[in-house]
Amino acid sequence: MEALLAIAVGVLTACGVFLVLRARTFPVLLGLTLLSYAVNLFLFASGGLRLDAPPLIGAGAASSDPLPQALVLTAIVIGFAMTAYLALLALRGLAESADDTVDPGREE
Amino acid sequence: MTAHAPILPIVLPLLAALLQMAVPRLAVQRIVGLLATLLLVGLAGWLTALADDGVWRVYALGDWPAPFGIVLVVDRLAALMVLLGALLGLASLLYASSGFDARGANFHPIFQLQLLGINGAFLTGDLFNLFVFFEIMLLASYALLAHGGGLARTRAGIAYVVLNLLGSSIFLLALGLLYGTLGSLNLADLAQRLAGYDDNRALASLAFALLVAVFVLKAGLLPLSFWLPHTYSAAGAPVAALFAVMTKVGIVALLRVQLIALAPGGLDDLLEPWLTVLALATVAFAALGVLAAERLRVLAAWLVLLSAGTLLLTPAPASVQVSAAAIYYLAQSTIVGAAGFLLAGVIAEQRGAAADRFVTGARPLPAWLQIAFLVLAATAAGLPPFSGFIGKLMLLGVLRETPAAPAVWATLLAAGFVVLVAFARDGCLLVWKYREAGGAPVVALAWQKICAALCLVAGGPLLAGFAGPLAGFAERAAGQLHAPGAYATAVLTAAVPPAAPAAAPRVPAPPPQMPKAAP
Repeated sequence: MEALLAIAVGVLTACGVFLVLRARTFPVLLGLTLLSYAVNLFLFASGGLRLDAPPLIGAGAASSDPLPQALVLTAIVIGFAMTAYLALLALRGLAESADDTVDPGREE
Repeated sequence: MTAHAPILPIVLPLLAALLQMAVPRLAVQRIVGLLATLLLVGLAGWLTALADDGVWRVYALGDWPAPFGIVLVVDRLAALMVLLGALLGLASLLYASSGFDARGANFHPIFQLQLLGINGAFLTGDLFNLFVFFEIMLLASYALLAHGGGLARTRAGIAYVVLNLLGSSIFLLALGLLYGTLGSLNLADLAQRLAGYDDNRALASLAFALLVAVFVLKAGLLPLSFWLPHTYSAAGAPVAALFAVMTKVGIVALLRVQLIALAPGGLDDLLEPWLTVLALATVAFAALGVLAAERLRVLAAWLVLLSAGTLLLTPAPASVQVSAAAIYYLAQSTIVGAAGFLLAGVIAEQRGAAADRFVTGARPLPAWLQIAFLVLAATAAGLPPFSGFIGKLMLLGVLRETPAAPAVWATLLAAGFVVLVAFARDGCLLVWKYREAGGAPVVALAWQKICAALCLVAGGPLLAGFAGPLAGFAERAAGQLHAPGAYATAVLTAAVPPAAPAAAPRVPAPPPQMPKAAP
């Protein structure tokens, strides 16, 4: 399971970085989304991976660390809101200039 | 009341923002915002006076003790930074409430949330909570940056948001690594665990390196600083003035992590020697930017980068004197940077079509504005009577003992000279070159703008006049910052107040969940 998760995080990160480097708003948006998936999986693994272990003490034979789950929850909410805002901003940029390049220094 | 003092700078803007969202009338929002920010200044002043006794005031949210719950920690530096942010906030809000706030919806609630994020980032003693406050601050800043509309702002906004989302991803990776290796996210607890940690030191130092990378991205260290001039010069004048304190959030966080966790934990070589080299490169780069700027607000943005580069020289040496000089320089350069943006806004309004571009204007500037520009230029260039000179002198004096001293001296002095040349050249164009003499200014300036800009410009002479007390405070703050053992003891053994049932449940939250993240 560790290998599977590690490969998933690696592939998601690689795809995310590749897409972010395209420097057009839609691929960048997708890339950031993939990157945040990778980060969330990574955070989830930071408390150790255990199967069939609820994050409650005394509920089963083993218990898993509840803190990373709470961190992931917070990170998902924040990341989702940020991505939504970026999508809106990208659409506004496209409507204003008919151009979706991510480049603040472009002259008119 | 005193027991709850640490949380008040976070609760007050939150309440003000909620009230403003409930009453969508601009006039009401303005009054509520100004009153709340004025109250915040008073509160921050009181907190600074309280903190000057040298005690770490630890506030455990929901009464969960430190390594398990989230704590807010008020020391001298945190209180001073909250005061600085509140002062800039008051000046910016005063400037904005003469019409800028009407150019889009919800300026006032977002402004208060921005203050909330800044205050929280300075006060928190927990790294994940720091992430959350960073995000609150950034989310508010995205909206404030776009306020007023226009293609330049949208473009700068897209790049700024993308870059900061990447920064947030790296921040989370660093936090995951830290929790995976050291098993804690509380700064004091992390520091203690790091000191006795031999299991996988490479991974722990990688985690801290990622964390430092995020902080220097916020601060604007050279390979990660290209966003800063674009973003700050695209923002409206009052928004940019408030942003001047945001680069300092990264610097203060870096200083804290270095002094509390890295240096005592045996990772003190993590920042050297690359940080000094890159900081000097940032200073040189920013000086060239100042020289190349073609309008005053762009010049002010480069000045912010220059001061960030100068300040990033200070975390690595990690001595009390260096930190004391850094704190004084930080306070004065933040105020001068913000003053630059507000003054650029006022000058742009006075000059009509020429705006704040360095070209021949239509009519001369009024005398008081010329004098204000002169004071600002002298302060920013570090000329003798004003605070820029004192700050630079203190820094040069204490950095003399470090091994990189020759390079530091040469770069800082050359950068100061370049800034002086740029201000002399641009000042001639702004002040002396005009097509027709006489004639009243077309636009009558709003008193709010004049008052806000002049108050911040007066910071240069005032901080020079009160340099003694402020430098003394900075020295005491640095001394407190350089006591990582006492910090850890204060945070980790903070007693639960005896009147817990009555006093505690202001923010009743389980420890890992962030109460402010939900809205």
